[in-house]
Amino acid sequence: MVDKALNDTHQSAFDAIKETVGEFTVADPKMRTKNVDVFYGDKQAIFDVSLDIGNNEVIAMIGPSGCGKSTFLRCLNRMNDTIPTCRVSGSMSLEGEDLYGPNLDPVLLRARVGMVFQKPNPFAKSIYDNVAYGPRIHGLSNNRAELDDIVIGSLKKAGLYDEVKDRLEAPGTSLSGGQQQRLCIARTIAVSPEVILMDEPCSALDPIATARIEELIDELRENYAIAIVTHSMQQAARVSQRTAYFHLGKLVEVGETNHIFTNPSHELTENYITGRFG
Amino acid sequence: MIDVNNSPGASGSEPSNDTSATRKNTTELVKATLARRYAAEKRFRFYGIFAIAASLLFLAVLLTSIFIKGLPAFTATKVQLEVTLDTELLGIDATANEDAIRAANYAAVIKKAMRERFPDATKRKQKKELDRLMSTGAEYDIARRVQENPNLLGQTVTLWLQADDELDALIKSGVDLTKPDAISTRMSDQQIAWANQFKETGEVKTGFNTAFFTNGDSREPEQAGIRAALTGSAFTLLVTFLLSFPIAVAAAIYLEEFAPQNRWTDIIEVNINNLAAVPSIVFGLLGLAVFINFMHLPRSAPIVGGLVLSLMTLPTIIIASRASLKAVPPSIREAATGLGASPQQVVWHHVLPLAMPGILTGTIIGLAQALGETAPLLMIGMVAFIVDIPTSITDASTVLPVQVFLWADSPERAFVERTSAAIIVLLGFLVAMNAVAVLLRKKFERRW
Ligand SMILES: Nc1ncnc2c1ncn2[C@@H]1O[C@H](COP(=O)(O)OP(=O)(O)O)[C@@H](O)[C@H]1O
Ligand SMILES: [Mg+2]
Repeated sequence: MVDKALNDTHQSAFDAIKETVGEFTVADPKMRTKNVDVFYGDKQAIFDVSLDIGNNEVIAMIGPSGCGKSTFLRCLNRMNDTIPTCRVSGSMSLEGEDLYGPNLDPVLLRARVGMVFQKPNPFAKSIYDNVAYGPRIHGLSNNRAELDDIVIGSLKKAGLYDEVKDRLEAPGTSLSGGQQQRLCIARTIAVSPEVILMDEPCSALDPIATARIEELIDELRENYAIAIVTHSMQQAARVSQRTAYFHLGKLVEVGETNHIFTNPSHELTENYITGRFG
Repeated sequence: MIDVNNSPGASGSEPSNDTSATRKNTTELVKATLARRYAAEKRFRFYGIFAIAASLLFLAVLLTSIFIKGLPAFTATKVQLEVTLDTELLGIDATANEDAIRAANYAAVIKKAMRERFPDATKRKQKKELDRLMSTGAEYDIARRVQENPNLLGQTVTLWLQADDELDALIKSGVDLTKPDAISTRMSDQQIAWANQFKETGEVKTGFNTAFFTNGDSREPEQAGIRAALTGSAFTLLVTFLLSFPIAVAAAIYLEEFAPQNRWTDIIEVNINNLAAVPSIVFGLLGLAVFINFMHLPRSAPIVGGLVLSLMTLPTIIIASRASLKAVPPSIREAATGLGASPQQVVWHHVLPLAMPGILTGTIIGLAQALGETAPLLMIGMVAFIVDIPTSITDASTVLPVQVFLWADSPERAFVERTSAAIIVLLGFLVAMNAVAVLLRKKFERRW
């Protein structure tokens, strides 16, 4: 039986991953995770992953579908709390504060660690209100003028302002896909997070919109730590400084992006980036 | 070593076995089935059109019959009469207070006026028949005028007064009054002759039947109105809406957004669905036992009716609300949560506004059911004969469908048309409710 043989080879490869190849720590981490296990009910999705996210860097997470990239990313701002069956163990911290500790409120955490999703998901509100929503609920502005500044500043940073400045009251959903995704990025940076998590932000976009977002990510790196999950290895190579390769819930290899793509140390990494499976 | 080769480049290089022979064969096979498929499609479309036409036809027949029967009730006949407001006959004088004015003997004045108008009525039987041409509502017509202007007392005035229902029907039917034999009516030939005199001299006119919209129920059909039932329905629905809408939406939000998924919520869900299928009369029995016999709330009152109908409406709104909450895309919830909105903010700011059109639709369906409900209200005594317009949710009252039920039971011809007229009013109420819902829905409807 082919399936079984396939399973067996997968299983043996999986068992063979004993520990992460490469340096998973950085000198001055923004976020630090150590020995993280994640379960959905009885099923384990993440196995003993340790990974640091540095200041002002873009770290790309790559790997075959279902290897747990999204799961890991969503733990970093506790989005997985909304899934009742999901259980997380191990230690995760933001600037030394335990993410799952009693002192860190998830609402506050999500204001500090923003997230951009795979499918652009603007609110059913105007462009202005989409961006203003975060500052409003967190009380980041004292009056309309301050709010205007935040909204316009965020739209500018997201490279969307020139395209929408005449129609800030138009519904967010009236924009094109790429514009919507930049709107979502503007919405995220409006609350001035320290870290931005992006889960395949370009997978629903055309190449031009993708290039636009990649540029944006590169600009944003100056002020934020960014973790991006991507299916496209070219994209990982273009935007990231470090790359982490996940396989079946384990972190196989992590290192400088240049190094990973030119000279991977682990066999599985090499197979993946050379397109032997995906 | 893993070598799962599923990259797109590998599969494209397989040799093609699409020879032209097999392709031709396929074309013919498809062609052979095409006719059959199109025939099936046509047949299906015909079934659909037939079904729609049939239901439209039924609806048209129903509405036409209701409107033909009911429309005459919206007009009423008045008779012009020269009345002398003789204080002696009335039994009051210029100093009389309001109550005395209301209680004065207007019947005697009207009788006298009628006899003066038709001096040929000399026999006892004839006089009786003559009196029967006027409605007792005519007395109220005069009383109202005198109340407005007590100076009329002692004067002779010409007034338009309400006619009896038989005369009303005769005039409205528009038949030739000179041929009494051809008319089927309970009126005598003599009465028809008088009616003809009225008609020829222009002393009768038909106009809009305001009494139908201002009066409560009455034993006299020409005085019977739907105001009491309409008000009762409005109060009952108000109670139903105020109770069921917030409770149902809160329940739906809790179950859909916050409740843990476990055995208890499953049991609750099954029970809510079952509740929606319980016959409404059971809710009436429950209301009788709990609200009236145990809690001693007033019988026949809209508050009890509203409570009972809320029980009935709750599951409908809960189910519809849950469905429309479920239909809100999860990506919206994620977006808000990811920005740091608390679960409650996610619901209030994003999920609920998007679900509102669906919730409103469910609410209107529930309230429309409640508006047309009769059986449970019979159980709690809302079937009473209500003359006075209810002024609060604790006054004895009835509702439109029960009024229809009551009038449909009365033999008088005028009640037959009032039954249909009440149904028209009920339909109008429904249409108005739906219009409000459509407006609200438009207001909430946004694209996402
Ligand atoms: N909500 C969930 N409930 C149960 N299992 C899940 C859930 N989300 C993801 N998983 C499982 O966890 C594993 C990792 O999924 P995911 O993190 O989405 O992978 P990736 O983003 O790398 O494609 C998969 O096997 C997936 O089936
Ligand atoms: Mg994913």
